[in-house]
Amino acid sequence: MLIRKPCDIPSSEFTSQDAYKEFFSRRRFLSTAIAAGAVASAGRLAEMFFPGITAHADTKLQTVKSPLTTTSEQLTNLEDITHYNNYYEFGVDKDQPAKNAGVLPTRPWTVKVDGKVKKPLTFDIEDLLKMRPLEDRVYRHRCVEAWSMVIPWVGYSLSEFIKRCDPLPSAKFVQFLSYYDKHVEKWASETTIFWPYSEGLRMDEAMHPLALLTFGLYGEVLPNQDGAPIRIVVPWKYGFKSAKSIVAVRFLDKMPPTTWNDQNPHEYGFYSNVNPDVDHPRWSQKTERRIGLPFYAQRRNTLMFNGYADQVASLYNGMDLKKNY
Amino acid sequence: MKRSTLILLKTLTWIACLSPFALLVYQAVTNTLGPDPTATITLTTGYNALLLLILSLAITPIRSLSPRLNWLIKFRRLLGLFAFFYASLHLGTYIALYMNFDLSVFRTDITKRRFIIAGFSAWLLLLPLAATSTTWSIRKLGGKRWNRLHKLVYVAAICGIVHYWWQVKPGVLTPLRLTIVLGVLLLARPVLSFLQKRNARAAEA
Repeated sequence: MLIRKPCDIPSSEFTSQDAYKEFFSRRRFLSTAIAAGAVASAGRLAEMFFPGITAHADTKLQTVKSPLTTTSEQLTNLEDITHYNNYYEFGVDKDQPAKNAGVLPTRPWTVKVDGKVKKPLTFDIEDLLKMRPLEDRVYRHRCVEAWSMVIPWVGYSLSEFIKRCDPLPSAKFVQFLSYYDKHVEKWASETTIFWPYSEGLRMDEAMHPLALLTFGLYGEVLPNQDGAPIRIVVPWKYGFKSAKSIVAVRFLDKMPPTTWNDQNPHEYGFYSNVNPDVDHPRWSQKTERRIGLPFYAQRRNTLMFNGYADQVASLYNGMDLKKNY
Repeated sequence: MKRSTLILLKTLTWIACLSPFALLVYQAVTNTLGPDPTATITLTTGYNALLLLILSLAITPIRSLSPRLNWLIKFRRLLGLFAFFYASLHLGTYIALYMNFDLSVFRTDITKRRFIIAGFSAWLLLLPLAATSTTWSIRKLGGKRWNRLHKLVYVAAICGIVHYWWQVKPGVLTPLRLTIVLGVLLLARPVLSFLQKRNARAAEA
């Protein structure tokens, strides 16, 4: 069942700053309360001692097959997927999120929807999990840093969720905001990044069936460091476009500000489609290193749109991809 | 300092300097270099090159604090050469695992990518220093000229730190610690020599 809770603040008052303050102050209060309860939970305790490896019965997800899954690729193992992460709110080193993300309070969790929609909504995570059948979808995952994985995600097309949001015809872009609480994610202050993490897609990109609203991987709920409890996965774009731990989705008539683009627009474009012909200013994107292989076997060629050109290239017809990197 | 103590300290220094390399070899053989072995090798060799270079730079200012620390000079060449050793491994990693021995990749990198330019410059600057590190070279060049040549080590260290900053993502502050240490060391020389001059003047008066 959907919890349709009308927003008590008129959307006209939603300057981005106010919105951040409003829902983050509330979330901070919530997270303190949860933290107390969480200590009692065995699952949490296990996660404290064995961060990243929470394979309990209650984390298993019921899934169905999907025709949109990528075949003929060797899966990256769970250990690497959960211990080689870019999640800067939990530290800038790859092994830090696995150690630190245990403090992320993933229940209760809501996703707030506002902006150019018929009516602002708040979705509860439990309802989102039941909204559509969860599909197993294997995708290649290509990081802008030139490494890659093959990950068996669990989720359903983002378009299914967007339809439930009832966006207005004026909605041209959709923005995703990640959870941020500087008291929980104290590692975030080791960077000069402006938090919370923000990402965005053009409406037609977000509606593409390959864009996945993701709840799990390897048949289980997402480990915190991989973006629990809900994230998006956009397999034809560099990994940073796939926002983690989403708390707000905002429909907009113009391009939203996005975190890495804001850090350095020269290096990280809004589109950031995987493209071997457009180098990152500091390194080539022609090749990539597959994670989990021995050092002499890692290097491989990067594919246009990360190998999903047949499905997504038409979204960019007539666009100069060298300019719109 | 007793000869036996010196030998013991030198042995310990060798072990300390070689241990990151030994660990890398062990991890490569047992396939435990982590999820991204290429990155592990690159980071380890690069970081140790910079660290050892900065340690070698620390010796002169530390010595000037007290004449009793003069023996430290016997370790400077060792640290400097190990810095060069790791810098060369770092470069080798780039050539083999990033360039894939493809010269056209290097041509693009060295013309287009400033962090590669800075890093390669640092290695090039260290090359003549490593080559003239023998006692024979010092004698041949003469102390003064040798000293002047080896001032290049400061430029190399700065290039190395700049390479590090240009390599990390904007907004990431991991190179900060090494940068502060290098900054302190670069400032230490003029400050210490100023203090010494003042003390000398005070002693005269």
